Amino acid sequence: MTLSPLAQERLAYRRSRARRSTLLALASTVVFAAAVFIGVTSAPGWPRVQETFFDLRVGWESLPEVAAGLWLNLRVLVVAEIGVLALGLLIAVLRTLRGPVFFPLRALATGYVDLFRGVPLLIALYLIGFGLPALRLQGVPTDTAVLGTITLILVYSAYVAEVFRAGIESVHPSQRAAARSLGLTHRQTMRLVILPQAVRRVLPPLLNDFVALQKDVGLISVLGAVDAIRAAQIASARTFDFTPYVVAALLFVLLAVPTGRIADAVAARASRREGQA
Amino acid sequence: MTPVLEVRGLVKRYGEATVLDHVDLEVGEHQVVTLIGSSGSGKSTLLRCVDLLEEIDDGQVLLDGVDVSDPRADAAAAQRRMAIVFQAFNLFPHMTALQNVALAPRVVHGLSSAEADERARELLDRVGLADRADAHPDRLSGGQQQRVAIARALAVRPRLLLLDEITSALDPELVGEVLAIVRGLASDGVTILMATHEMGFARQVSDLVCFLDGGRVLESGPPSQVLGDPVEERTRQFLSRVIAAGRLG
Repeated sequence: MTLSPLAQERLAYRRSRARRSTLLALASTVVFAAAVFIGVTSAPGWPRVQETFFDLRVGWESLPEVAAGLWLNLRVLVVAEIGVLALGLLIAVLRTLRGPVFFPLRALATGYVDLFRGVPLLIALYLIGFGLPALRLQGVPTDTAVLGTITLILVYSAYVAEVFRAGIESVHPSQRAAARSLGLTHRQTMRLVILPQAVRRVLPPLLNDFVALQKDVGLISVLGAVDAIRAAQIASARTFDFTPYVVAALLFVLLAVPTGRIADAVAARASRREGQA
Repeated sequence: MTPVLEVRGLVKRYGEATVLDHVDLEVGEHQVVTLIGSSGSGKSTLLRCVDLLEEIDDGQVLLDGVDVSDPRADAAAAQRRMAIVFQAFNLFPHMTALQNVALAPRVVHGLSSAEADERARELLDRVGLADRADAHPDRLSGGQQQRVAIARALAVRPRLLLLDEITSALDPELVGEVLAIVRGLASDGVTILMATHEMGFARQVSDLVCFLDGGRVLESGPPSQVLGDPVEERTRQFLSRVIAAGRLG
């Protein structure tokens, strides 16, 4: 392909602009990072902070315990996420049921969402984690990790149910009309026509809730379950040093980064699909 | 002989507005009945009421002599015997053309997947889209989407086919391919009730043309009379506006 002199000249200009932008971005990043670094390290309390939060030796020694705790967080996360998706979807569908027969179910689902979206997660953890076993009922679990998982499922399902419901309501009524005119029942319409479209649309916000859940699994430590945060707490109590907390935080961040990238990719794909339609 | 469809004194209101005002209509077996009239005259609403997608405020809809608009009647069973093609296609975007067509035969009429797919392929072939069976709707042109929608409606072997301005959302050069299919269906003896703005087409295929105005059937008769020599002044006005818009081919 040969370009006219005019186009060549313009191409060269665009390239030089692009190079200039890259260099500017680089320079500005270096200056910004240096400013933050100098600002923090020149603070009067920095030597103390470095000692208590960034002690490499303490951090390295606490790593195995904290990582072992994170393994519990991971297991809780997987179980909770599956539970949240199932319960959230169930509640969302209950809220869309029509007809007087289903009034109690509808009301129950609405009340559920109001309750668990309103109650602070920490209080829900205390009430269920300490209150439920105190009833001393037969068959009620007493393991703190199990109770924490149950609480997370209950609270997060309320949010996720609303995300699913928004997706269900975003499917145009003409889709329902088309399905009903073909003779599909309400259930068939929901399962085969509405939900597949709804779920696809709400994937990005669902993944966002998943990222939030990913770090909130650390809150089960308040019940005494030895997860990453609890392990960090134990280690820091032993060494009188906060570095184990920083280690735990870094591990949680590392865990969240891939999920965040996946969420971005899914959102980008969704918007591309919308563009095609 | 009992007509396939009989509409008696149908009234439909949206709040204060009366959209259909005591409409009477009959569609006999193998007949093509066409509703014409300006936008807002009630054509689409009438079709949606017939397909039981809207609750009616008064009157009756009888399918093969049975009142299906009665709240005690089995609406889903009646809907299974009719099929509607919408102006905006309303294909299911998450399914391929084949899946769109095969859905109702499989889940409503209890065919096996293989049987449903076979029927769907035959129908897609009939509308000239055998080679696009695995395409999703967003990969099809408007005309192709509407042809898939027609195949989807035919897949339930409807007693009565309802067509709701099926070419109104199409680019002019795509209208012909869709109308050719409807023409074929009419000559095959499919019973059709349709709303359209394509007057030339209405004249060719219709046995009966009804002019709707303000929710009433103002005039009805054979196409040569209603479209050629209308009695009512309103019909004349409507037709002259349509001719001015270049729609009377």
